[in-house]
Amino acid sequence: MGESSPKIVIVDESPIRAAILEEGLREAGFTGVVHISEMQSLLARIYALDPDVILIDLENPSRDVLEQMFQVSRAVRRPIAMFVDQSDAASIQASVDAGVSAYIVDGLKKERIKPILDLCISRFNAFAKLQDELERTKSALEDRKVIDRAKGILMKLKGLTEDEAYVLLRSTAMREKKKIGEIAQSILTASELLK
Amino acid sequence: MTGPLQIGFIPLVDAAALIVAVDRGFCAAEGLDVTLVREVSWSNVRDKLNIGLFDAAHLLAPVAIASSLGLGHVKVPISAPFNLGLNGNAITVSPALHAAIMAEIDGDRFDPMATALALARVVAARRKSGAEPLTFGMTFPFSTHNYQLRFWMAAGGVDPDEDVRLVVLPPPYMVDSLASGHVDAFCVGAPWNSIAVDRGVGLILHFVSDILVRAAEKVLAVRQSWSDRNPQVVAALVRAASNAAEFIEQPQNRLEAAHILSAPERIGVDADVIQRTLDGRLKISPDGTMRESSRYLLVGREGAARPDPVQAAWLYAQMVRWGQAAFSTDALQTAMAVFRPDLYDAALGSVEKAADAPGRIGAFAGPAFAAEDIAGHLAAFKIGRRI
Repeated sequence: MGESSPKIVIVDESPIRAAILEEGLREAGFTGVVHISEMQSLLARIYALDPDVILIDLENPSRDVLEQMFQVSRAVRRPIAMFVDQSDAASIQASVDAGVSAYIVDGLKKERIKPILDLCISRFNAFAKLQDELERTKSALEDRKVIDRAKGILMKLKGLTEDEAYVLLRSTAMREKKKIGEIAQSILTASELLK
Repeated sequence: MTGPLQIGFIPLVDAAALIVAVDRGFCAAEGLDVTLVREVSWSNVRDKLNIGLFDAAHLLAPVAIASSLGLGHVKVPISAPFNLGLNGNAITVSPALHAAIMAEIDGDRFDPMATALALARVVAARRKSGAEPLTFGMTFPFSTHNYQLRFWMAAGGVDPDEDVRLVVLPPPYMVDSLASGHVDAFCVGAPWNSIAVDRGVGLILHFVSDILVRAAEKVLAVRQSWSDRNPQVVAALVRAASNAAEFIEQPQNRLEAAHILSAPERIGVDADVIQRTLDGRLKISPDGTMRESSRYLLVGREGAARPDPVQAAWLYAQMVRWGQAAFSTDALQTAMAVFRPDLYDAALGSVEKAADAPGRIGAFAGPAFAAEDIAGHLAAFKIGRRI
């Protein structure tokens, strides 16, 4: 095999994560990157592309389809699983934690796969963090709605201004060592019960 | 007694003993704090068990053996102290293939030799007319499904590597693939055969118990090194799984067991389909034809839960027959040592001696299995890929 950029296939049903990964790989100088998002005829497409490295996310059931490549010796070069090298336990752990798995065609040197894998792990982690933040933003928005409704109830029942209602929520939260969102939720629940 | 345990599983009915052990308190009664982790692929289950993210797992018996032999992957010795099920798979075919086989059949439609010979005639006719080879889906290269399909069709003269295509498909994709014509048939565990029938896209041609009387299917797998260090935990797990299996096998408990298993975070399909599977009462055709078998899936009865090294030897013999492994006596010993009736007996204080264990494969074709002469046994089969 020559020293040209290895051909990399990304098997991922998440277009955003695949794009993040692809961009990272291109920036690092890996130009031959192809993304497969369609799982029907996955193996046929991979054989046609004949990649050096296949990256697949661990939440994808089609990982088992890739395992079949070990069985087929004709027509294709024989790929091996990333995990075959037992010496590198840390990198196996890191990739499983990040949720990515790699299949490498036999013959690709270990030192050439390492930067690809490291990059994937960091991009997968970055994507997970992004999703996490998105979740948190969503729940912050939910909190905001709950707090607004609780303020409305306090304003109506106690004749408070909006600012006063908020101050009451905040001071109660501090006194009870709870989040403002939790206090607001209990006001909503109580008002439902008392309806 | 012990720290929390992470146990991986694939949403299939043969994970029943494990799921019921956890969700109905049999694990807690043994002082075990178990978290079940639902997985999407056998590769994930294997890798997470191998690197220690899982303490134990619901695993395909052949994967436990392949892992211990280092076939196709990292070599990590696995122990199976408990057999989660015998049989439980079925072969489902498209209505078109079913009609073609039935048009060629000479004999009983549940006789696997009759259907295999009919399949051979269908395959020959397709080749003559220039049609695409038939495609069969199965779940994993190292799977009972792969070996059962191969054993069946080869008995009728169909070479699984030359005459048809065998492809790996994740079980949740099986039914759609049959509906879309991506495959003509598949071999998979419950509930997927029933779902194909219920959706009207397939007919159950065989229960695998037609092909083999006793076939070890899934095992409770642990790393051998972990098992050596934690004998009490392994024993407690075996007791919990055994109590759960006994519970499931009581007909009056089936409804409750099916409900536990049907939970979205467990198997996630209708309790009714699960109960039919546990009862061995399956709808085999969209027209409503039912078929009952006392051998469809054995969770604990008839000594099903006690690991039987002869079963491991049979699975290893299939790996040799189909070119996944070269034969060696050492490898055979290693494969057989994966199944641990000693750990099972130690946990349950079982008085059953190894000699009393069933030890029977009961294949419909070929000579009776002989673990002590695998080369001689395999010589009796014409089709194969020995390396």
